Amino acid sequence: MGIKETVNNARSGWMLGGGPDGDILISSRIRVARNLKGYAFPHLLDNEKAGQVIHAVQLAMENQAVKSRAGNLEMIRMSELTPVERQILVEKHLISPNLLEGHEKKAVALRDDEVISIMINEEDHLRVQCLLPGLQLEKAWELVNQVDDGLEHTLDYAFSEKFGYLTACPTNTGTGMRASVMMHLPGLVLVDQVGAVLTTVSKLGFTVRGLYGEGTEALGNLFQLSNQVTMGHAEEDIITSLNSVTGQVLAQEREARKALLQQRRDQLEDKVGRSYGILKHAHMISSEEAMRRLSDVRLGVDLQLITGPAPAQLTELMVMTRPAYLAKQRNSDLNPLERDILRAQTIRNKLNQGG
Amino acid sequence: MLCEKCHERPATVHYTQIVNGHQTKMHLCEICAGQGQAGGFGFMPQINLHNILASFLSQAPPAHPFAAAVQQQTSCPTCGTTENSFAQKGLLGCGDCYRHFGDRLEPLMRRVHGSSNHAGKVPERTGGQAKLARKIKDMKEQMQQAVAREEFERAAQLRDEIRQLEQQLAGGDNNGY
Repeated sequence: MGIKETVNNARSGWMLGGGPDGDILISSRIRVARNLKGYAFPHLLDNEKAGQVIHAVQLAMENQAVKSRAGNLEMIRMSELTPVERQILVEKHLISPNLLEGHEKKAVALRDDEVISIMINEEDHLRVQCLLPGLQLEKAWELVNQVDDGLEHTLDYAFSEKFGYLTACPTNTGTGMRASVMMHLPGLVLVDQVGAVLTTVSKLGFTVRGLYGEGTEALGNLFQLSNQVTMGHAEEDIITSLNSVTGQVLAQEREARKALLQQRRDQLEDKVGRSYGILKHAHMISSEEAMRRLSDVRLGVDLQLITGPAPAQLTELMVMTRPAYLAKQRNSDLNPLERDILRAQTIRNKLNQGG
Repeated sequence: MLCEKCHERPATVHYTQIVNGHQTKMHLCEICAGQGQAGGFGFMPQINLHNILASFLSQAPPAHPFAAAVQQQTSCPTCGTTENSFAQKGLLGCGDCYRHFGDRLEPLMRRVHGSSNHAGKVPERTGGQAKLARKIKDMKEQMQQAVAREEFERAAQLRDEIRQLEQQLAGGDNNGY
């Protein structure tokens, strides 16, 4: 499958669900930042040098060392994608919004199942990412580690014995690794405890963010938990502690859900049923409302209050109803009204066909 | 103009907020503006990470009095990054900046990460010296454990291997910065 088709398909490997603790843990992500020796960091590169970096990475990816470890990665320059296609990659969490700026110097490489993606000339020359469904941080690290070894087979990294992998921003130096999990926490939000839990977590050196990275609010009760510190600890240790913190939050969410079922079952069923009804029959719906309703329905399915769509379908809808993806479906720019109508239609089609 | 919050509906409500003489403008649609009013305008004060990092760098006590005088004036010989441009962007310019600003980056790293020593992965092919050093460290720990378990034969064997590796490390040229 060509990379253009990959981009235009709503479904990514990470959305298939079914991973460990997949009812609450949507996805696990590991990314490492790497830079090439002998080149200034991306923000100082002119177009020519940036092109050389892209070329060097392209060559390294074609080397057997990468192919045997990671499979086929296909690279495309950001300038070869339309603005809508670029935005879709962000909506699917395959690239960061940062890669959209100055796109003539940037590129992305994807494996066709989209489990592995490499951003080139983002804040660092290379950002290698692995995204898997459910709680699978170790597996994600294993894959990233292999791709990294494969690339390093032919690329010279900027590395210091003292500081580790050298990155443009000192907050990434050391391992250059950011490990994160995306969690669906409607129970904690409903019992009004999500703030307390997440404050505790942040005291342990982990950061909590909304769905689309830095500075975004928690749309659809989705929270992203990631490590803050990248130096002084080995990758495996960081992953172990993120795993155990995640386990704690997971247990709290399950407790909250249990309490809700015991004490407010009627209200909960009503909430879930209403949201399901609106999604199945609304003629127009905003992105914010869609995310909120999808979160309710997902909770209802998880708690077996309704027999609704599969969780994977709901995750997919969360991406399919984002603005750029909708624009792509119609192949034109949409005004807000048209978008709300198309969004509602997309959801109706998906939910009514599923029963 | 589209609403800054939802990026979907046209912005029809325009706020200007002045806090401590700092002016913030927000262009919102009616719906988001309505939500904002309920929850204290819905936005948080923006703290700029770059400024914080840069202030760490300038507060960092210099390791050597001469070093401070020299380094404050100079820029990284490889890429030209200065302390000022670091303060603006929060980004270093190249790998050599780490060597050039090393003394001053060290306290910064300790503040940000609680440590200024890398303890993780070392590049497979080019890690050379660092890999060897890491291996020696691991083996020393193993040796300690062997001693604690009174496995003296194993400990002696490890000690010999460590000596060999240490000679190797001393023999290699030190290009590992």
